[in-house]
Amino acid sequence: MSHEEEKKEFNITVYTENQIGLLNRIAIIFTRRKINIDSLNTSPSEVGSVHRFNIVITETEDVVRKLCRQIEKQVEVLKAYYHTNDDVIWQELALYKLSTDVIAEKVSVERLLRENGARTVAIRKDYTVFETTGHREETDNLLTVLQPYGLIEFVRSARVAIIKDSEGFNSKLREFERLEPGEEVIENEFLNDADKVFTM
Amino acid sequence: METQTIATQEISEAAKQAVEPKELTGSAAVLEAMIAEGVTTIFGYPGGAIMPIYDALFDYADKLEHILVRHEQGGIHAAQGFARTSGKVGVAFATSGPGATNLVTGLADAQIDSTPVVCITGQVFAHLLGTDAFQETDVINITAPITKWNYQVTDATEIPEVLAKAFYIAKSGRPGPVLIDITKNAQVQKFQFKGYTPCNHIRSYRPKPIVRPQYIQAAAELINSAKKPFILFGQGVILGGAEKEFQAFVEKSGIPAAWTVLGAGAIPTDHPLNVGMLGMHGNYGPNVLTNSCDVLIAIGMRFDDRVTGRLDKYAKQAKVVHLDIDPAEIDKNVKATVPVWGDCKETLPLLTALVEQRTFPEWHQQFKDHTKEEIDLVIQNELNPTTDEMTMGEVIKYLNELTHGDAVVVTDVGQHQMVACRYSRFNKTRSNVTSGGLGTMGFALPAAIGAKFGAPDREVVAIIGDGGFQMTLQELGTIMQEQTNVKIVILNNNFLGMVRQWQELFNQRRYSFVDMQSPNFVKLAEAYGIEGFSVKDRKDLVGALKQMIEHKGPYLLEVMVTKENNVFPMVPQGCSVAEIRLK
Repeated sequence: MSHEEEKKEFNITVYTENQIGLLNRIAIIFTRRKINIDSLNTSPSEVGSVHRFNIVITETEDVVRKLCRQIEKQVEVLKAYYHTNDDVIWQELALYKLSTDVIAEKVSVERLLRENGARTVAIRKDYTVFETTGHREETDNLLTVLQPYGLIEFVRSARVAIIKDSEGFNSKLREFERLEPGEEVIENEFLNDADKVFTM
Repeated sequence: METQTIATQEISEAAKQAVEPKELTGSAAVLEAMIAEGVTTIFGYPGGAIMPIYDALFDYADKLEHILVRHEQGGIHAAQGFARTSGKVGVAFATSGPGATNLVTGLADAQIDSTPVVCITGQVFAHLLGTDAFQETDVINITAPITKWNYQVTDATEIPEVLAKAFYIAKSGRPGPVLIDITKNAQVQKFQFKGYTPCNHIRSYRPKPIVRPQYIQAAAELINSAKKPFILFGQGVILGGAEKEFQAFVEKSGIPAAWTVLGAGAIPTDHPLNVGMLGMHGNYGPNVLTNSCDVLIAIGMRFDDRVTGRLDKYAKQAKVVHLDIDPAEIDKNVKATVPVWGDCKETLPLLTALVEQRTFPEWHQQFKDHTKEEIDLVIQNELNPTTDEMTMGEVIKYLNELTHGDAVVVTDVGQHQMVACRYSRFNKTRSNVTSGGLGTMGFALPAAIGAKFGAPDREVVAIIGDGGFQMTLQELGTIMQEQTNVKIVILNNNFLGMVRQWQELFNQRRYSFVDMQSPNFVKLAEAYGIEGFSVKDRKDLVGALKQMIEHKGPYLLEVMVTKENNVFPMVPQGCSVAEIRLK
C-alpha cells in the first residue's frame, strides 16, 4: 500500500503550452490532495512555444505517478514526467547580502568563495552580494557559514533540473512542434489600454 | 448515431459558407458557433454582463431554442439532463458574478460524471477585470478544478476558434464540462467573421489513447484462463456509444456483468447476463462475489469508493483487466493486472474477437443463489410490503409496469435514488439520469426538464425525495412556461431519509436535523398550473400512477411512503464489499 511506501523528493517535469491559467490548473492538482509544492519553476523549453515546469515535491512514488497522470489530463499539457534526484541533474541558485564593512573586517572572503564555489556579484559601499549555485546542502552550507556575520538578506531560487536521459522526449517534443507549430499566447491588450475601449 | 451524422453535415455546410467574411459582433459569432455545432436548445438566464449575447439571441430565436430557467443551477442541470439523454453537448448561458457562481454545483457534477456541457458566462469589460467591478467574479479560477477546460475571451476575434475548441474538448475523449467566459467588450466588438471551422485536433490534447494490441492480447488470455470472471461496467460504455459492442462481448464471453449506477441501462436490466447493481446499495451477489471472482474485468468505470467499499479488502484475490479511455483512471484506486487504454468502442470488438465463447453455469448459479437470498430478505418486503404504509420500492415496481421499462428515469440523491436505481427496469440505454459522483440534491427536477428536451419522444419520469425537491423547486416555473411534459414523483417520507438511515444505524438513532416539514406539494404545483395528486393510501397508488402517465403534459404526484424505511443491502462505510448487510 502507498502509505507504507517511503516518501522522497521527486522532480516533476511538465511540458505545456504557454496558456494563462495553466499554472493554477497544475497547482490545484497538488493542493487538492494537500501536498505542498517545495519548489516550482517555469521556463521556456528547448522547443519554441513549449514551456516547461519543474516542480519538486516530497511524496511516495505511487502518489507522484497518479499526480502526473492527472496533470497530463489538462488539455494544454503535452507531457508530465517524474524523476528521483538520482535521475536528474539539478541546481538551485542562492544570493546572500551582507554588510560590506563586516565582510571587510571579519570574513576571509577569498577562502569562503573558494570553499563554497561562490562568487561576488555586487559590491557596494554598504553591502556585498554573493551568489552560489548547487544542490540544497551547498547553498545551505554557505548560509550557515554567513549567518554569524549578520546576513541582511537571503534568497534561493526554485530548482531547475535536466533529465539525465532526456533524448527520448526531446525528439517527441520536436515532432509535436513540427506537426503543428504553437501560437504565442494572446496577452490581454485591454488591461493597459483602458482609454481605447468601450466603457459603460 | 444518426444525429451525429446530421451534426457533422451541418458543420460542413457552415464551413462551406465560410468563404465570404462578414462583419459580426462577438455575440452573433457565439450564436453562429452554436448553430454550426448543431446546438438546438440552450438553457439560460440573462443578466447584465451577458446582455449583448441575449440581444443577439433575439434575432436567432427561429434557429436556437432558449429555455428560460429560474436559477442558473437549474440551467446547467437541465443542460446535463439534455446531454445525458441526447448524447449531444448540453449548453447553458449565465451572466457574470452570481450567475456564474450558481453554475458551480452543476459544473462539479458534470466534471465528476463526465457529462459534456458547454457553459457561456458573461464577464465584465476587460478593462474592469480585477477591479472588483459590479458582478465581477473570477470565474475562471473558481471553476478551474471543476471544468475539463475553461477560457476567458477578451477579444471577439478569438470567439470562433475558442468555441470550436470548447465543443471539441467537451465531447471528445472522456467528456466533461467546459466554461467560456466572455467579457462584455468582446461580445459587442465587431469583427470580420471568416466562418466557423470545427476543431478536431489540439496538439497538446490526446482524447483517445492509442490502442495497443499486445494489451488486448494479454487481456484476452487472462479472460480465457479465468474460471470465475466478473464484468463491472460503467458509464464509459454509454459515453462511448459502445452498447452493442459491449453486449456482443458479454454474450460471447458468457461472463456475468454488473453495473455501476451510471452504467445502468448499457445493457437491458432483464438481460440474462446482467447480474445487477454494484456498490453500497447494490445487489447482494455482485458485491459479495467481487471478492470471489478470479478475474475482474472493469469496463468504463472508475472504482469509486461507493463501489469498492474498503479498498484494501477489495477483490484482492482477483486479477484485474481495466478498460478505460482515461489513463489517469488506470491504477488510481485498483491496480490493473492488464490495463487496456482506449475507447471501449474500439477495444471491445478487438477483445470480443479474441475471447472464447463460454458459459459459466456454476458461477452464474452462485449469483442466482445470492439473488434468491436477497429477494427473500430484502426485495420481497420492499416490493410487496405487508405493512399498511407504502414503500418506495413498490412505487417503482408499479411504474415499471406502466412504462414497460421504456421511460427515462431521472433521480435526485438519497434513499429514493438508490431504490429507483435498484428496482427500475431499463430496456434502453441513456435511461438513468442521476447525479452519481457528486451526489447533488436538487439535480432531478431541472435535469428532467433537460432530459425531456434531449429525448422529446420518450417518457421522462423524475423521482425525487421531499428534501431534494425543495432545493430546486423553482424550476416548476420553467416547466409551467414551457409546458415540459415531465412526470414528477415525490417520494415523501417527511425525512432526509438517507441521513436519517445513517443516524439510525451508526449514530444511535440521534436524528439530528433530518425531520423535514414540507409544503403542500399538490397546491404548490397547482400554483404553477401543474396538475397534481397526493397518494396516502395504497389502494389509490396504481390508479394515481396511471393517471399521471396518461395525463397530457406535466404532472406532479406525491406518494406518502413509510417514514423510517432503510435501503438494504448496504455496505457500511469502512467495510469490504463482502461484508454487505441485508438488514
